Order: sequence, then structure tokens, then C-alpha cells
Amino acid sequence: MTVSGWAYIALITLLTLGAAIPLGLYIARILKGQVRFLAPVERGIYAICGINPDRPMQWQEYTVALLLLSVIHVVILYAILRLQQYLPFNPQHIGGMSPRLAFNTAVSFATNTNWQAYVPEAQISNGAQMFGLCVHMFVSAAAGIAVAGAVMRAFTASSIASLGNFYADLTRITLYLLLPVSIVAGLFLVWSGVPQSFAPFATVHPIVGGAQTIGIGPMAFQEAIKEFGTNGGGFVNANSAHPFENPTIWTNILENVLLLVTGFALPIAFGSMIGKPRQGFVLYAAMAIILGAGVIGAYAAESHANPLHVAAGISAAPGNMEGKETRFGIAASTTFNVSATGTSTGAVNSFTDSYMPLGGLVPIFMMQLGEIAPGGVGSGFYTIIVFALLSVFVAGLMVGRTPEYLGKKVQAKEIKLAMLSFLILTFFILVGTGYTVISKTGLSSMANAGPHGLSEMIYAWTSASENNGSAMAGISADTPWLDYGLGTAMLFGRFAFLIPVLAIAGSLAAKPKLPASSGTFPTDTVLFTGLLIGVIIILGGLQFMPADTLGPIAEHFQLFAGKTY
Amino acid sequence: MTQNAEQIALFDRAILTRAARDAVLKLNPRTLMRNPVIFVTEVVAMLTTVVGIEEMVHGRGAAFSLAVAVWLWLTVLFATFAEAMAEGRGRARAESLRRARTDTMAKLILDPREPHMFKPTPAPDLHKGDLVLVETGDLIPSDGEIVQGIASVNESAITGESAPVIRESGGDRSAVTGGTQVVSDWLVVRITAEQGSTFLDRMIALVEGAERRKTPNEIALDILLAGLTIIFLIAVVTIVPLGLYSGTNLGVAVLAALLVCLIPTTIGGLLSAIGIAGMDRLIRFNVIATSGRAVEAAGDVDALLLDKTGTITFGNRMAAGIYPVPGVTERELAQFSAMSSLGDDTPEGRSIVTFVRDRFGLTVQAPDGATVVPFSANTRLSGLDLPGQSIRKGAVDSVLRAIGVTEPPAAFTDAVRRVAGAGGTPLAVSVDHRLLGVVELKDIVKPDIKERFAALRRMGIRTVMVTGDNRITAAAIAAEAGVDDVIAEATPQDKLDYIRKMQAEGRLVAMCGDGTNDAPALAQADVGVAMQTGTQAAREAGNMIDLDSDPTKLIEIVEIGKQLLITRGALTTFSISNDISKYFAILPAIFVGAYPGLQALNIMHLSSPESAILSAVIFNAIIIVALVPLALRGVRFRAIGAGALLRRNLLIYGLGGILAPFVGIKAIDVVLHAFHIFS
Repeated sequence: MTVSGWAYIALITLLTLGAAIPLGLYIARILKGQVRFLAPVERGIYAICGINPDRPMQWQEYTVALLLLSVIHVVILYAILRLQQYLPFNPQHIGGMSPRLAFNTAVSFATNTNWQAYVPEAQISNGAQMFGLCVHMFVSAAAGIAVAGAVMRAFTASSIASLGNFYADLTRITLYLLLPVSIVAGLFLVWSGVPQSFAPFATVHPIVGGAQTIGIGPMAFQEAIKEFGTNGGGFVNANSAHPFENPTIWTNILENVLLLVTGFALPIAFGSMIGKPRQGFVLYAAMAIILGAGVIGAYAAESHANPLHVAAGISAAPGNMEGKETRFGIAASTTFNVSATGTSTGAVNSFTDSYMPLGGLVPIFMMQLGEIAPGGVGSGFYTIIVFALLSVFVAGLMVGRTPEYLGKKVQAKEIKLAMLSFLILTFFILVGTGYTVISKTGLSSMANAGPHGLSEMIYAWTSASENNGSAMAGISADTPWLDYGLGTAMLFGRFAFLIPVLAIAGSLAAKPKLPASSGTFPTDTVLFTGLLIGVIIILGGLQFMPADTLGPIAEHFQLFAGKTY
Repeated sequence: MTQNAEQIALFDRAILTRAARDAVLKLNPRTLMRNPVIFVTEVVAMLTTVVGIEEMVHGRGAAFSLAVAVWLWLTVLFATFAEAMAEGRGRARAESLRRARTDTMAKLILDPREPHMFKPTPAPDLHKGDLVLVETGDLIPSDGEIVQGIASVNESAITGESAPVIRESGGDRSAVTGGTQVVSDWLVVRITAEQGSTFLDRMIALVEGAERRKTPNEIALDILLAGLTIIFLIAVVTIVPLGLYSGTNLGVAVLAALLVCLIPTTIGGLLSAIGIAGMDRLIRFNVIATSGRAVEAAGDVDALLLDKTGTITFGNRMAAGIYPVPGVTERELAQFSAMSSLGDDTPEGRSIVTFVRDRFGLTVQAPDGATVVPFSANTRLSGLDLPGQSIRKGAVDSVLRAIGVTEPPAAFTDAVRRVAGAGGTPLAVSVDHRLLGVVELKDIVKPDIKERFAALRRMGIRTVMVTGDNRITAAAIAAEAGVDDVIAEATPQDKLDYIRKMQAEGRLVAMCGDGTNDAPALAQADVGVAMQTGTQAAREAGNMIDLDSDPTKLIEIVEIGKQLLITRGALTTFSISNDISKYFAILPAIFVGAYPGLQALNIMHLSSPESAILSAVIFNAIIIVALVPLALRGVRFRAIGAGALLRRNLLIYGLGGILAPFVGIKAIDVVLHAFHIFS
């Protein structure tokens, strides 16, 4: 661990947490319909689509609108991926994807997961990237934030079942948040040297002789929304470790901040929406503390050299540099990967598979906690709200009243829905991993043995179920079992979680907002922040401890005992 | 007030014996289904037992499986025992009630015009609407409304209060309860309840817990616990393939142990006991709740509607000060006030004599030859006629009229106005035709009531005083007692409207009442406490009945409700926090075979994997029994505000929950090691 490393972490912290506050206030204004600088465009969209932006929707209608949109998008994306050889912007003449890979990819991008079972350079055309994947990077992100907005309205409403208008939310978030930020960030990336080109791959002849093909394409603007929408699907296979996607430390800082900032901004927006900024800050602080602990943990783990490398006399670096870009170093690499797994961004700038076992445990655990530090755009917020409801429920009884969060009573219905959503995540992560590591079909996808192989598989199932999209790699992702299995996990991880959340929002919105008194459980205190973190770890993380013990934790102790697999 | 149930010790021998037997009966899986966590534990215990027996039959080492199985069974048994204990305490109370329900012969009146012509009929054959005659010494055969007569009734069978109460037709004291006894005079009673649904029957059912249904909070908590159980079930079942992959074949006993330690057995085992004990605590206060839901609602109450009279004030106006006109000393006025009150036997009149004695040390007696003019409701004054002197005291206008003064001196009228303005009642005192001054009568606020209201406010509960007094009087008393709001000149409709208004704002309201005209408000309130002395209509409308008819108890009822919720929350938090430390015992133990390096996680240095697992299971079982007293007694409620309360309880039950198993498991392991069991 170095001073410059700590300074880098401090810089990212400061930029992210600082930028999140004005951004959050801005998002609150967008959600309230107060941002109007593109009003003519907005009105035009509503007119063409026949949307009445002021028509309120109950949770059922809101959910159906979102599901319908997602289904249509999955189908269109599936078609694009299957038929890309017939479509324009395909300078490399890349053929259509197989049905199972197209299914996996279509689901992956429609669910904001961005799990990439394909090799971008070889299997996807520029056109499919732009009109297929990139569109989803906007839409899935906007949908996530829209749901977060709906959940926020559940707490501003009193005895009103309405959660807002999904189409209006989607349009406004895209127009006023995602597009402007992506354009500005994209221009910065172009200026920094990220390609934005429709030309075929460049062929160069290096001085050592031979020929080398260098993949380029319309990368820069996709890179911007890839981070800002917590998507993560890299234009190239190496993702943000590739010098074209992430050429300098400055682009690295920008990308790191971009993928975190909306997650932290949403609780601020929430505080503003409900008129109680402290309530938002509590969630913001809990997110920051968990993420901070993760970054520090991973940084510490990676700052130890691999004992086997040391024994072999091949580690000159002060820590574990295997799989890391020398231009970023340990601090910037671990910060980026932990940030990406704390959100639902599938991006990486270093190879998690090469991390030390405990360094690899951190990203896994960050995802298993439910991606709430700060989580994907929208999903992080609504997930931490579910945790807040559970915290209030478990400990709230201890003040001698039926638990209530922000004036809304937390009762059987909310608990049932909350438990259901967590149950589904647990099921896919553990049952998926469990079946893979003993079945013949599953084992055929694994390239590594021992606890490390298990870690990779836990990582894959966790990443898919939690809609993260990053991978530890070391597995053959494009196999029938993993394509369909992980595809299903992504679908359920997104929608089987989101539907109960919207149902909770609907139920809460319909409840009367109770006035707070001195007998009310206080949820804007340091104590509640601590409680929330405890509940996130106990209810969100404990069920994965046995699996993690056999994976990264066992690997750690075995490695330091000198045993490898 | 005799508190029958209070005599039941926490661990009464008879209850213990009975509970031990009931605990075994409750093992029936069909009954246990109600409790998902304990049901899963039982299924797992069965499975482990079968596996243990199979291992024994095949001559493999079965000791570990059987030991785990035994402790899993004990876990289930301890949980059912906790519930049986709680029920036993209620049952003891029901037994004493049941003794009152004897099958008496009722005197059925055939012709209402001739009430003394009756046909002896067994009480169980009576129907709603029948008229019965009850005479001195008779037990009232069933619940009813008095249609004729007045009698004193001994209701000790229900209230524990042995002094008889007056019951008469009409008004608010017309309800009688089956099983109580007429001790003098006679009554004609119209039966209002079918057999089996009388007040006594319902009370027995309630205290026995036969009608116990899960409260909304219990249901929500059950869902949380069931959800956690399924989540941990998934976690434990998937360890099997993960273990196989890692080269370790985990046995059923090990998996069973891990599962049972992770699922929230502590709160699962104690949940129903906590609920029953909450009802039982109310009963000890001589309050019967018609449902657990009502007790829970009491904890949630945001506002208390309290009748001024009897709750906030002593209920009768008493002398509180004297104000002489110029030229008269206080002492003179005091003496004349007391003398003129000798003929006033009302509490107000007596309070003047007492006041003068206490304040001025004057004891007055009627001198020889004096004539006492007694107080009457017509004249509204009393007095004393001495030879040549006539002293009067009474309502200001009455005295003025009696002594023929039309324009009293300004000093006098000022005093009258001052007293009235402060919410008091002025009385005039005169000698012959001269006004001496004013005596102030005031409704005296109970001495400790202000502190209690302050405590309620700290809990976030508003107190609202309801009174028939005019606004000025009401405001003065309200200020003195420190209530948050006042409904003056209150009609029953005002109360109802107020409750509805509060409820529309999302607040929960509690009130108590006794009269028939209170019934709509009692029914509307979230917690309606009816007085046992009240009418049948009021008792039907409320969801709690106070056998002592003490309106102040509303405050205790709220505290008991809060205590119930706190206990539940505390033990849930404790139970869930336990998991962290249990992992440190079990996970290294079960995986150390596959990866010896994991021994490093055995931070408690437990002596062997078997001993570690067994210690965790034993701890998990024993903690249930250890917490039974807490579940039955309840976590103490402190009126220190929600924030402080949370900090305190989180520290004790949250942090304590994380640390306790480390200590407990280690201690059990040390004991096992000492006896060379699995080590």
C-alpha cells in the first residue's frame, strides 16, 4: 500500500461523493418533471408515442409497462444479434450469433447485466453494438432509475396508489440525464484518444514483422454510457483494461466516477423528493461505508505479493501485479473492480481471476450483498430501500411500536415481498453454482480445479443473478448450460426482484403517511446507518458464507499453506 | 383489588409439570406446522434420528448423529415447552374463573307482568331474551341486562374485588354478569348471551389462549422467519454439491446441525410464548383483552383520550382557597366557611371543613343552641343559625338571593370572577346580610399525573382530556395536568368525531369508557377499554375490559403493549445476530476435512470438529430455555424516547447477540472436552 495509492482512492471518493450531491438534487428535479430544457423534444416524443405524461399509474400498470418494454427489447435485440450479417455497419462481416448466445446476450443487455458470453471483436458487428447493445445501455439504465423514482414516490404519497408515469420517467431520465452526461463524457473520451470510428479494423505492420489487426469502432460514446448506466459491456473483450477503452489514468478516473456517481446520487435525490435530506444521507453513508470497506479490503489483499511468486523469485512488485495494467497500478485497479461490483457494472480494468483469493472475495461479496454500495443505477437504490425496510422491521419493534419507515408502516405484505425477492437471488446463486460444480454439463464449462474453480463459478452465478455482468473468467461461458442457465438467472435476478419491489412501492404508496413523533423509530441517525449495514451483512451476505468459505476463503488459506490446484 | 394471577410465580411447580407434559404433546407435527421454524427443526431432527439409527444398525459410529439428534429434539421440546409454560399461566387464571361458572338453576319468568312467578330452569337451557328472577343468595345464571329492581351484587368471581357493587335497571350500571352473586334484594334480568358465549366463557377462552390467533405483527414476523429459514435451507442444501466438489461428503447430522443453528430457532421457539405472556401481563393488571391484536395496537397508540374525572382529577371539587373581602381576615372567613359547611354533607362541603382544619388549624363545631341549615339541591346552600346570627355558604346567586343583596361590593365580584376565570367554582359566604368573601372549589389534579403525561409525551403519545366542563374550567385543568389537547363540553358525538379525525391523520387512538353512549367511540377507537362496571353495550364495544374499572390503567395498558413489541423485537434481533458467531464454530469444523487451512478460522479454538458442531447445537437449544423467563416477563419498557431505547436495546440484544454464542459455545466445548466427549 502506497501513499499515491491512498491518494488515488481519496481522490475517487471525493470526486464521486462530491459530484453525487448536485447530481442527486438534479435527478430529483428530473423525476418531479421540473427540468424542461428539452421540452419541445420531450413533447414531440410524447406526441409520437401517444403518451400522456401526467397520467398516473398504479404499480401494476407501471410494472406491466416496464415488462412490456423489456420483452419487446429482448425480442428486437435477439433478432439483431441473429441477423447482424444482413444488417449495416458490419465492416468485418461478422456472422449471426447462435440462438443460445443471442438469447444470453439479449437478456444480458436488457437486464442491465452486460454479461458477455461472446467475444466482441469476433462475434458482434458495429451496427449491433450501436443499435442493439448501446440502446439497451440507455434504456435498461433509464428503466432502473425510473423504478427507483417510483419507489421514492411511494414515500411521498399518502394513501394514493399512484407511482408516476413510467413512460414519462423513462423519457425524462434518458433526455435530461443519460444523454447529456454521455455526450459530454464521450467527447472527453474521444479527446483522450478513445476511438469513435466506423472504419474496418486497422491492420498494422509492426517493426518486428508480420501483421496485426487492431479492432476499432464507435467506442467512445458507448464507453460513456457503459459506465454511467452501470452497464459494463465492453466494446472489446478486455473491457476497460484495454488501452482503447480506457487509455489514461484520467479516463480511468472519469470512468470510475461515472459508474459510481448515479448510485450515490439517488439517495440524495430521495432525500430531496421526500423533503428530508438526512434520510437520504443515511443511505448514502451506508453505501459509502460498505464500498469503502470493500475497496480498502481488496487494496490490502492485493498489496501482498503472491507467496508462490515470491518463492519463485518472480515478484518484483510491491504487491500482486498479475493481471493488472501497469499504467493503473494496484490502487486504481482494485478501486475500479470493487466499484464495478459494488454497482451493477460489468466493467473491469484488471483481471479479477488473477487477484489474490481474498482480493477476489471482495468483488464476489460486494455483489452478494445485493449490489447496494452504491448499486446499479436505480437497482442499488431500491435494493437498499428493501434492506432499510427489513432493518426497520427487525429492530423497529425494539422501540415498542409497529415498525414504520418514513411514516409508512412495514407490515406482513412488505415483508413477504422483500423476502421473496431475496429468496430468488439466493436460489439462483447457490443452486446455479451447486448444480454446475457437480454436473457433467456444468463441469465441462470449468477450466480450473479446486477452490479457485469454485470461486469462478460462484462469481459467474452471482454476477448473472445480481445483474452485474463482470466475470472472473476462467470458464467457458458460451456453453448451452451457462448460456441458458445464466440467462435465466439474469432474467429472474432483474424482474423477479423488481416486480416485488414495485409491489412494495404500490403497497406503501397506498398507506397513509403517519406523522413522526418522539416514539417513532429514528431512521436518520448514525445508529440507523450502523444498523442498516449490519442488516445488509447479516440478511444479505450470511447465506453465502458457506459457499464463499469453500471458494476464495479456502483458496486463501491453502495458498498460504503452499497448496495449489 | 386482588390480583389472582399475580400470585402465580414465574416457575410455579404445578404449571411446570403440566407444561412439561404439554410440551411433549405439542410435538405433533400437525400442531407444529403453525410455527415454520420449529417445524423445520423437527423434520430435521427426525431425519437425523433415522440416519443415526441406520448408522447404528449398520455398525458404523452413530454416536455423533445420535447426539446431534437428541439436541435437535431438545431444541424442539424447549420451544414447545416455552409455549406450554405461557399457556399454563393463563390456564391457572382460567381455572379460577371456571369455578364461578356453576350450573345453577335459574328462575325463568314466564309472564313479565308477574315477576315473582317463575319456573326453575337449568341455566344452560336459557336463551337470549329470556327473563329471569334473581334473588338474594342466587347466582346470576347468565349475562344480562337488568329490567327491574336494584340489588347489590358480589362480582368477586370476575373482578377479584370482594366489596359488592350496586346494580340497577336503567342507566350505566344495568349490566350483570353470569356467575356473579346477588347479596341483597332482587333483580329481573333479561338474558343477553347464549350459553357458551357469555362474558365468563369468553374470558376463559381468552385467558386460556384457545381463541388465540396470530396478530398482524406476529404474522409479519413469521413471514420474515419463514423466509430466513428457506434462504438458509437453500444455503445448507447447496453445501452438499459444493462439498462434493471440494472433496468432502457431508453427513446428514452435520448439515442438520448447521441448518438448525442458522435458522432463527430462538425467536421461532419463543414467539408464541411472548404473545401469550403479553396477554397474561394484562390479566395481572386485571385487564382482559379480547384479542392479541388489541394488545399490540396498545403499543402503537399515538393518542390517549382520557376522561377528566377520575383519571386526571380526583373527580370531586374540593376547597382550594379563600378570598375575604376587605375588612375581613382570612381566619374569620375560614371559620365562618367551616361553620356554615357543617350542614353540608356533600364531598364539596366536607372538603371545606377539612381545608379550614388543615390550612388554619381550626376545628369548628356547632355551638349549643345553633340550628344547622342542611345543604339541599334546591336551595344550593347550607348554613348555621346562631342566636342573632345567620351564616350562609353556597352558590353565589343563591346566597345573594337568600340574604337579599342585589349589588354586591366590587371586591366580592372581583374575587368571584377571578376564581371562575381560573377554572374554579366560587362559593359565597355571608353572615346576616354581609358578604364575607369567596371560597374557591377546584377539581384537584392527581399529584403524579403530570409526570406520567410527560413520560407519555417522551414515548410520542399525545394525551387528550375529555370533559363535560366549560372551556375555561377545562383549559385551566388541562394546563395544570399538562395534557396536549382538550375536548371541552364533550358530547359522545364529539369524542367520536375527534377519534375519527385523529385516525384520518393516521394515528391510533385509545380511550376508555363505561356508559352506553360511550359505545360508538369505544368501538371506533383502536384500543377501547370498557369498564367492568359499565353497561353491556360498552363492554361489547371495547376490545379490552378493565375489571377494576380504573380509567388510569390506560397508561399501563399502553406500556404493556409496548413491552410486548419490544420483547419480540429484542429476541428477533438477538436470534439473528447469533448467526455470525455460530458460523465461526461450525464452518471451519465442517470444512476442515476438505481444506485443513480453514482451521485458522476456528478462532474459538474448539477442541474438535464434532465438539464444535455439537457445542453450537447445544448452545442453540439451551438459549431457548435460558430466555424463557425473559419472554414471559418481557423486556422492560423505559420511557426514554425511541432513539435512546433503540440504542440501548440494540447494544444489549444486537451486540450481545453477536457475542453471547462465542462465550456460550466455548464454555460448552470446554465442558465436553472435560468429559472427553467428542474431543
